[in-house]
Amino acid sequence: MNPLNRDQRLVRHGLDASSADVVVALAGNPNVGKSTVFNALTGLKQHTGNWPGKTVVRAEGSYSFNKRKYKVVDLPGTYSLLSASADEEVARDFILFGRPDVTVVVVDATRLERNMNLVLQVLEITEKVVVALNLMDEARRHSITVDERSLMKELGVPVVPLVARSGEGVLALLQRIEEVATGSFECRPRRVWTGSPKLRKAVDRVAEQLKQAYPTLPNERWVALRLLEGDQRIAEAVRTGELGRIASPEGATVMKKGKEDARVVA
Amino acid sequence: MSSREEILKTAENLRWELGERFHDLTVEALYAEASRIARKTVSMAETRPGFNFERTLDRLVTGKWTGFPIMFALLGIVFWITIEGANVPSSFLASVLIDSLHPLLKDTGTSLGFPWWLNGFLFDGMYLAVAWVVSVMLPPMAIFFPLFTIAEDFGYLPRVAFNLDALFRRAGAHGKQALTMAMGYGCNAAAIISTRIIDSPRERLIAILTNNFSLCNGRWPTQILMATIFIGALAPPMLSSAVSALAVVTVVVIGVAMTFIVSWGLSKTILKGQASFFSLELPPYRPPRIWQTIYTSVIDRTLIVLWRAVVWALPSGAVIWLVSNIHIGNVSIAEHAIASLDPIGLLIGLNGVILLAYIIAIPANEIVIPTILMLTALVTGMTDVGSGAGVMFELESEAATAEVLRAGGWTLLTGINLMLFSLLHNPCSTTLYTIYKETGSAKWTTLSALLPLCIAFVVCFLVTQLWRLLF
Repeated sequence: MNPLNRDQRLVRHGLDASSADVVVALAGNPNVGKSTVFNALTGLKQHTGNWPGKTVVRAEGSYSFNKRKYKVVDLPGTYSLLSASADEEVARDFILFGRPDVTVVVVDATRLERNMNLVLQVLEITEKVVVALNLMDEARRHSITVDERSLMKELGVPVVPLVARSGEGVLALLQRIEEVATGSFECRPRRVWTGSPKLRKAVDRVAEQLKQAYPTLPNERWVALRLLEGDQRIAEAVRTGELGRIASPEGATVMKKGKEDARVVA
Repeated sequence: MSSREEILKTAENLRWELGERFHDLTVEALYAEASRIARKTVSMAETRPGFNFERTLDRLVTGKWTGFPIMFALLGIVFWITIEGANVPSSFLASVLIDSLHPLLKDTGTSLGFPWWLNGFLFDGMYLAVAWVVSVMLPPMAIFFPLFTIAEDFGYLPRVAFNLDALFRRAGAHGKQALTMAMGYGCNAAAIISTRIIDSPRERLIAILTNNFSLCNGRWPTQILMATIFIGALAPPMLSSAVSALAVVTVVVIGVAMTFIVSWGLSKTILKGQASFFSLELPPYRPPRIWQTIYTSVIDRTLIVLWRAVVWALPSGAVIWLVSNIHIGNVSIAEHAIASLDPIGLLIGLNGVILLAYIIAIPANEIVIPTILMLTALVTGMTDVGSGAGVMFELESEAATAEVLRAGGWTLLTGINLMLFSLLHNPCSTTLYTIYKETGSAKWTTLSALLPLCIAFVVCFLVTQLWRLLF
């Protein structure tokens, strides 16, 4: 039934997430099928349900693909990363401080506009992103077509059409995750900036100082914006130097051992 | 070091200059960009006019006049299927585990030269408690959980929350509490964890403190047995199973009513505040994947819940055996305890046996009924039923069970009060531990145990006094 079972390259490890080479985070709006994607990747049977907010803690599992071991972290579904309810914080903190090598944003193909908000916010934080265009079967049923190639162009990251429930497109997703993790696909996220000139100047000033304190920070403008908005969690991370940990050198390889060296001692 | 503080200071100063609007502006910019991308990449075919299945269904299940009847009808059907369907596998498991395997184990113990107390402690105490939990719990769970999961997979649960939202808001609670309440019908401990979907701490506490009023899996056997013996028996034989199911649904509805009343009370007193606004998405209906649902709900939910019950049943079985076999003077500890609990028990229309059973069986509600039967046989000195002190047993037919209970002085009032007490009393120790872990507060954990317990005592007391006045 499942085409993946015949693919020799995929080995599902279920819960055993020890010594993974690559850490993959699964983010997305509530009820877009994150847990179904998670199960399709790891072979786990995490409970899925058709209601928003079902996953309240993050679940972990793992799989191997092309001899690399991937740890997958299923994050709670959130509409945004801006406000700070408990589940949004779990998701944001992991993307920010957990330093996943790849973040897969699962989106509902039938509700792309609303889902795009989260994609854009994730792209502000990290550039190693794969967009999984899930529920393509439902989109087809409602005669909705998504032009994934121009979407890929707009976002600057890979976009994979998917029907996680039946396994359609999972193989392509695995390949895209690998390409982003190894750097063979270079993500060039378009970070749009439409704020006022006054705001831009303010962000520039804070970002400048951040860049000095944390030279390798990949998302200083986002951090600057959060600081300007008075985000206490981020302010705390700046104060304690926790932020230094998320700063990894440009073009860092995916291997875990490289990561410890990349830690900036602030 | 100072550069970090400097950054924060710069940001702080600039924030004052920027004013309040800029957060809105950045969010607006984000939305505009999202909408631009969506417009560019998504195309929709002409919407087909005419019949729209989803909209029609939504109109029915969330309708003003149709929403609630459909909800109660579905609830009734699920209970009826569970009650009817669990009978056969339950008695099969009981006959294998209790009638066949138990004597075999005891004989093995004897032939290995175990002393009587070790044999009794291991097989009459611990093994029987586990066997009981398995045969009483497994079948209803294996039926209820898949049914529940199918409804969930289909997308019905958020519609229930939608229907109940206005009521919860009026009670000062969060609309999503409807979801956590529904989870409680499976397992209160799991439902306590699911309250994390409620953002506001105040409303989350209300959801935690009232979740107990959702009748969990472990308590149905009690409800079903009492309904069958004492209420179903009042009806003509043809209708008795429907009347029993109706009695159980009534208890569930009382539980829902208590949830609202207590939520309202809490939000007016110690958890004062306004219900917070939230938007609940009604997800599209999705065809449930029947076989996968059955598989995962059996593996995930049923076996996990069962395993936990088994783990708790082991020590309880040991305690039951010990209190019935250790004597102070000429009387066992159990009989001492029952004698001292009897006055309180009778005052609220129960008896000492029931109260002791609830104390012993705090780890798992599933073993309440077997404990009650065993203790009743012990105090009434029945020698023709059961297998002796500290041995839990199940009787062949419900009629025989009723006979034992009537000999123990049980009446229709006792049955009704036990149903109420089982619904309202304190949560099991697993749930309490989960509450402690989730709230991190001994104070709230204590309250979540004492509040329902007090309510249970008060309600049973009032029912008893009213009953004695009327009859």
